[in-house]
Amino acid sequence: MADIINFTIDGKECMAEKGIFILQAAKENDIYIPSLCNYEGVKPQGSCRICSIKTNGQFVTACTTPVADGMEIENNTDEINDMRKSIIELLFVEGNHFCPACEMSGDCELQALAYRFQMMVPRFIYQFPLREIDARHPKILKDQNRCIRCKRCIRTIKDEKGRSVFAFYGRGKNIEVNVDPVLGSKLTDKLAAKAIEVCPVGSILPREKGFRTPIGQRKFDHEPIGSEYKH
Amino acid sequence: MENDTVYSAISKYNQDKTRLMDILIEIQDNENYISDDAVRIISEKLELSIVDVEQTISFYHFLSKKSLGKYTIYLNNSVISNMNGRQIVAETFENEVGCKFGKVTEDGTIGLFDTACIGMSDQEPAALINGNVFIHLTPFRVKEIVRDIRAGKDVKNMHTSYLGGGQNKSEYLKSVVRNNIMRMGPVLSDDYNPGTIIKKKLVQLAPEQVIEEIKTSNIRGRGGAGFPTGFKWEFCRKAKGDKKYILCNADEGEPGTFKDRVILTERPKLLFEGMVIAGYSIGATEGILYLRYEYKYLKNYLENILEETRGKNLLGKDIGGIKGFNFDIRIQLGAGAYVCGEESALIESVEGKRGEPRDRPPFPVEKGYNDCPTVVNNVETLCSVVKIMLNGGEWYSSLGTHESTGTKVLSISGDCRYPGIYEVEWGLTISDILDMVGATGVQAIQVGGPSGSLIGPEEFERKLCYSDLVTGGSFIIFNYNRDLLKNVVLNFTDFFIEESCGSCVPCRAMTPLLKQKLEKILSGNGVANDLEDILKWGKLMKTNRCGLGHTAANPILTSLKNFRYLYEEKLERGKEYETGFNLEQAVSESCEATTRVPNF
Repeated sequence: MADIINFTIDGKECMAEKGIFILQAAKENDIYIPSLCNYEGVKPQGSCRICSIKTNGQFVTACTTPVADGMEIENNTDEINDMRKSIIELLFVEGNHFCPACEMSGDCELQALAYRFQMMVPRFIYQFPLREIDARHPKILKDQNRCIRCKRCIRTIKDEKGRSVFAFYGRGKNIEVNVDPVLGSKLTDKLAAKAIEVCPVGSILPREKGFRTPIGQRKFDHEPIGSEYKH
Repeated sequence: MENDTVYSAISKYNQDKTRLMDILIEIQDNENYISDDAVRIISEKLELSIVDVEQTISFYHFLSKKSLGKYTIYLNNSVISNMNGRQIVAETFENEVGCKFGKVTEDGTIGLFDTACIGMSDQEPAALINGNVFIHLTPFRVKEIVRDIRAGKDVKNMHTSYLGGGQNKSEYLKSVVRNNIMRMGPVLSDDYNPGTIIKKKLVQLAPEQVIEEIKTSNIRGRGGAGFPTGFKWEFCRKAKGDKKYILCNADEGEPGTFKDRVILTERPKLLFEGMVIAGYSIGATEGILYLRYEYKYLKNYLENILEETRGKNLLGKDIGGIKGFNFDIRIQLGAGAYVCGEESALIESVEGKRGEPRDRPPFPVEKGYNDCPTVVNNVETLCSVVKIMLNGGEWYSSLGTHESTGTKVLSISGDCRYPGIYEVEWGLTISDILDMVGATGVQAIQVGGPSGSLIGPEEFERKLCYSDLVTGGSFIIFNYNRDLLKNVVLNFTDFFIEESCGSCVPCRAMTPLLKQKLEKILSGNGVANDLEDILKWGKLMKTNRCGLGHTAANPILTSLKNFRYLYEEKLERGKEYETGFNLEQAVSESCEATTRVPNF
């Protein structure tokens, strides 16, 4: 039998299998830690930083840090919630996210987090960067305006030889996620569907098919993101 | 572009994906760019996708898919370079060459580009031309250089008339770089006979005993983070793995640092011996020296010394007569990325990838290069190790202070009489150091480079040590003629924006926003609330993954803490809110496009 360890989240006693990541351990104890770049079943990367929690006075990402025996975790505090809200606002101002015109509105995790954290207007100045839509590929569109560079597609979508279909280009504030010109044109239906599915926002979309889910039936139309958790 | 270059580079590195950096650098250096064809051939031969190859190219400052000119001139744009007259040098380059910075001449001969600190802060303004260093640039010298280029001279033959000191003169180096060693201590001293420890001590000691000695010395990593070296080695020794590695971090990218350059020039044998000792201790068979691209001019020289060292049986098989102890060292060039000084980013880079820091745990001592247990040590740390083995851990711990033992090599530049390299014991006060280097009328000092702190005279009695002011070695002095916010803080902030890997949201998106705040204040449109915003927003940087992300706002945050009056002087008084928005400026681009004049 696996080692079971004890830890606390905001003072609540929790138990989990030793060595699993804090995000998973919280989930098993029915505690919500918001996350965005994380995708179940894919190796975590810790790039959005929204799941940051505090332990020993230090911020660490819950998706990449293993839970340890006796760990005291701060999660749902004013400081941490404001930090998370700031990061969501940063994502809104660094890209071009116009929800009313986006077909993923209601299905978008970034938008859902903004609602959950009650973002009215970002405290930061909109940057309005010039970004393009890459429509060179037969099965998918890549809208750079909406990309939050979470790397979900980069980490998930590989061809049979393990080669990347999506990859970063550049660095710093100008970083983009590019689609491979060769592999992008040969993308199978299955992989294309997977790429669209893993994208948390409306940056990877199917071609020739718009507004797939009617308003009212979208993921976050009725309840905020994270509502399935008790705490 | 000649595809032959591409094929030969690929076969030289055995079509090995993990040597992608070497392949790309080889093509870049030979062809001055990496063509679409080259990318396609590499991707086919290495079984990578095109975007896989391009993600590495686009990450590094010195790799390019566009031609950078037959002669590629990189002029340093660091604070120190500016302080020493970069502007007139840059203007002269533009006039003589006939194109602006960031461009290549129409005939494709000369490209002019900016680059961050190239490790020559004691001899600025300096430039790299096809990898060769040119120092102490003046308009006169610039005209001479451009004339030589037009005459088609080989870059190597453009400066043979005035070679630098020490080993810079040597046959394999022939560089004009000055050493400026102003003060030697036990690490830099020239009285050591290389190989002594390997041949006389290592033979008699078990690896664990070496580690004990290092632990006794209490030495901490000299790159800046200060992790105890002995423990790092012990963790790695105990970690499970068939193969283990020693990586030496010679990627000193912190603006204002140049000590490793001098050590690599004058004490390379000491460094390599330190790597051998580390290799013996942790049970490694391979060492890799990660050399920043800016120091590429040292590569042949260092490789020659490695060859000489192999000849003396101080590298290779059964080193120093120790049966079964095999260890060798190779040099890995970087390609221009400050973040690769972070140990896990450095490992990614050595594996041929983008230098994005890894999530930790696992730490490199458990899972590092090629997922094997790996120790990454700074150049200075590894040199110190040899002297610890020579004189004993007890001796070393008697130097410096109780918790910061030994010596530190400082790179001192800026407004002082004697810029250069100083090896001092830990525990000196800032005032002591200013007296030592002949600095008077000092307004501020940047301790530890841009990622450290900007401090003022009221803190000059603070001590250089791990519990007070810690430094990786960069020490930049500013007198009262310097405009700290405009010329120092803004430059450092631009540096971090440029060098962010872009992975973490706060590092990538917040630093530019803080810069906008600073610009707003500098333009006279700032209000008191802007300062409060900076302080509040700056806290978010602590959620970033790596040291770069944690410290990218330090230039703004530490100057606001220690020089608040400089900010307050520029604020609009009595105003609660000011957008800083300028309608005329906002419409200027569209007015220009439509040839209309703003009319409000």
